[in-house]
Amino acid sequence: MRLDLLRRRRLIATAAILVLGLALAACSDPQSTVNPKSDHADTINDVYIIVFWLALVVFVGVLGATLALSIWFRERPGRVANQFHGNRRLEVVWTLIPVVILVAIFVPTVAAISDLEPDDEVDLPANAIVIEAIGHQWWFEFRYPGLGIVTANELHVPVDTPVRVTLKSDDVIHSFWVPQLAGKVDMVPGRTHAIQFTPNEARDEAYLGQCAEFCGTSHANMRFRVFVDDRATFDAWVANETADAVPVESLSALAQEGGALFTSYVLAVGATPCIGCHTVKGSLASGVIGPNLTHVGSRSTLFSGIRDGFEGAESADRVQRELERWISNPDDIKPGVTGRPNGGMPAWGELLSTEQITAIAAYLRELK
Amino acid sequence: MATAAGALAPPAVQAPSGVWSWLTTVDHKRIGTLYGISGMSFFVLGGIEALLIRSQLAVPNGDVVDADRFNALFSMHALTMIFLGVMPLGAAFFNWLVPLMIGARDVAFPRLNALSYWFFLAGALMLNASWLPGDAPDTGWFAYAPLTEAPFSTGRAMDFYTVSLIILGTSSLIASLNFIVTIINLRAPGLTMFRLPVFVWMTMIVSWLLVLSLPVLTVGLVQLYFDRNFTTNFFIQEGGGDPILWQHIFWIFGHPEVYVLILPAMGIVSEVLPTFARKPLFGYAAVVFAGVAIAVLGFAVWSHHMFTTGLGPVPRVVFSATTMTIAVPTGVKIFNWLGTLYGGNIRFTTSMYFAVAFIATFTIGGISGVMHASPPIDSQQQDTYFIVAHLHYVLFGGAIMGIFSGIYYWFPKFTGRFLSESIGKLHFWLFFIGMNLTFFPMHFLGVSGMPRRIYTYDAGFGWETWNFVATVGAFTIAAGMLTFIWNFFRSLREEPNAPDNPWDAPTLEWATSSPPPEHDFDAVPLVRARDPLWHDRDNGLAQPEADPNEHIHLPPPSYYPLLIAVGFALMGIGALSHLAVLALGVVVVVYGVWGWVLEPTGPEPAAGAH
Repeated sequence: MRLDLLRRRRLIATAAILVLGLALAACSDPQSTVNPKSDHADTINDVYIIVFWLALVVFVGVLGATLALSIWFRERPGRVANQFHGNRRLEVVWTLIPVVILVAIFVPTVAAISDLEPDDEVDLPANAIVIEAIGHQWWFEFRYPGLGIVTANELHVPVDTPVRVTLKSDDVIHSFWVPQLAGKVDMVPGRTHAIQFTPNEARDEAYLGQCAEFCGTSHANMRFRVFVDDRATFDAWVANETADAVPVESLSALAQEGGALFTSYVLAVGATPCIGCHTVKGSLASGVIGPNLTHVGSRSTLFSGIRDGFEGAESADRVQRELERWISNPDDIKPGVTGRPNGGMPAWGELLSTEQITAIAAYLRELK
Repeated sequence: MATAAGALAPPAVQAPSGVWSWLTTVDHKRIGTLYGISGMSFFVLGGIEALLIRSQLAVPNGDVVDADRFNALFSMHALTMIFLGVMPLGAAFFNWLVPLMIGARDVAFPRLNALSYWFFLAGALMLNASWLPGDAPDTGWFAYAPLTEAPFSTGRAMDFYTVSLIILGTSSLIASLNFIVTIINLRAPGLTMFRLPVFVWMTMIVSWLLVLSLPVLTVGLVQLYFDRNFTTNFFIQEGGGDPILWQHIFWIFGHPEVYVLILPAMGIVSEVLPTFARKPLFGYAAVVFAGVAIAVLGFAVWSHHMFTTGLGPVPRVVFSATTMTIAVPTGVKIFNWLGTLYGGNIRFTTSMYFAVAFIATFTIGGISGVMHASPPIDSQQQDTYFIVAHLHYVLFGGAIMGIFSGIYYWFPKFTGRFLSESIGKLHFWLFFIGMNLTFFPMHFLGVSGMPRRIYTYDAGFGWETWNFVATVGAFTIAAGMLTFIWNFFRSLREEPNAPDNPWDAPTLEWATSSPPPEHDFDAVPLVRARDPLWHDRDNGLAQPEADPNEHIHLPPPSYYPLLIAVGFALMGIGALSHLAVLALGVVVVVYGVWGWVLEPTGPEPAAGAH
């Protein structure tokens, strides 16, 4: 009997350690919510750790009690159940215990809510970066009003600098979420929300973000990346982004052919041409419905974070093929894009020749 | 006493049979059976939807279903499990047990009871009919505007959603009013409110929750229907409406709905634990008041579903406080159940396995719920698999475990037969292991940042292992369900052999035969204490003998409830298709109501017999 109990106890202890170990393993995952790399995420994590340990105590206590009582009071010959209806003192005690635990959670919660409130725009530190993020089905538009940058699906921010992101939506509700940098805040049509964080670790690897509010067919494919750069890398990125697109004359012959198609007013009968929706700064293309493609060839991902982008010369073929596939039929990669209510992208495979699509893909690939 | 002929007529011993008798029945037990079989069928359907979801997510970039189909599957899985699975299974227990537990011969309004079932079936079929044109609702059960509005949700999917939920809501509303009136008015002599079985208390609380919350949802659904079809712009920003308003309306209904789903299970467990621990429920009054407190607080927490929608800091603090407060009465219940085990001589039947497991698994759901009651933590957990884990520990670990505990417990009363204990324990272990295998890893997925409602994910996020484990768990649950179905049909083939009170249970439903006669009790029972049958047993008392001269008045069968439901369904189909169908529906409803009003309901009952 005693041995049996001991074995059970050891089993519970092993299980608890296993669970803890696995919970800790979650820290190293790329989109982890418990591996904070900003003041904002730190504040949340500090509350989480308090709550986690309290939760673990309650978990072990209640489950242990359930198991122990079930074993101790199981049916045995000669045992008679003790007939009692309650115990006033005990009931008061176990009403108060949860109250104490909850106060221990509530106080840091309130402090954190206060800490996490973004500053009013006028109170921002002078070095703060202000970014406007706009949710679209199914991509993120990022604008840097102070720097004159409009880009998509990839944010760059300098390390140790306050970042204030104002959040809007162009169509349905989305949610802006980069777990390692900040908790999520919804992007609601007609409203402007804000979130503020100061990233504290520059690295080459991107911080992963993802839309967290269900927004229709390709919700799963609405991802984005945040690069936290040291100052020099950030400045170089800004210099590239603010510049016009690479002049068409300096592109390869195939890309020049593609550029001509991309910027033509009539590409195919019955379909809005590329320039109706996309902007390539320095060319005729100045549409604002789809993502700004001025430097699309320099992005680390394609199609809002669901395919790897340019990673050096050896990636050129792969990027070319992905772009061709996308232009031919975007639904093939991101379902729902052709039927998007606020302006769907045509499946150009039905309207253009393979050669034309190859050329346009080459043009976009070379827009560094 | 009524007429002389009535006095001489023996109570109906031969229950009518055949399809027509089921279509026209007003017997609460048969209606309970209808609810139970329908609810269990839809539970299986929702389970198949879950298996498809888990198959798609078993490995990265799964290609079992496409994006739109996946979105429809997770939306319909939730709608099916909530409205067509757990709620009718709860209703099955209410219908079967409330009159038996309070010593009544039926509910207060038997025909309304039938009406509520047929409305339920009409709404359930209509919701699932949306699969046929390939237009199943695919915006989640919460249906956040403006994704549900005309430009973003083309086709009829969201109209199927609004119309069928209005019909289902009407069904629940009718049933709830019926149960409130029944519990207040039809209790046996001596059965005071504080002698009521906890299950009956929970039924009443659930009924009040539904009566108060469903009208809110109905208003929202009508507004959404009008937005989509008559451009009213309630939830459309460009038209001066507000998408966030929908969320408030939905969750003012939606949060009490959570307690609608879990309180019946809490009631079941509060009956099962004392019976098998062979001692009274610990702290009866506290358990009842905790239920009332949960229900009242349940109306003051809805915005915790909306912590990330840009609510100001003050509402977040307030709703955080109210949400955490709910943990107090919930904790009281859990501790009182543990107190019930303490000092007992616990007989571990299958029913008891489920009930004890309920305490553990429901507690896990409660703990994770307190975690995201903190808005900063919620901003990391909201819309991730952590929430999926939480809600399934509450609804599967809570509601479903409780319901199966109840099925094994009352099956002899319902059918006169026992379910096999050995197959039952296999079922239990498959369910218990399966559900923990499915839902516990989802905590890790959520902490690793996996959002909900994504039809695909890439390798490299650290989500592969746990998704695969969760899928294995889901199929383990399915194996458990097959085991149960086998047990069910195996048992129905056996000869009825259940005594009146096989578990030596304390409540009135065990004072009559198994299964009970059509009139429930030969004599109206007498209640002298809480846990009346134990009081009788310990004091050598007996229930009253049947009076051969008593005329037992039972309401005659009626087809008008079915007719009105058909008319209402036609109105719904009309709202989705053509005005002429709607008009026809109105005619049928009016004819049905007319016939209902004029239908003779038999001789006036004897004084005092209601």
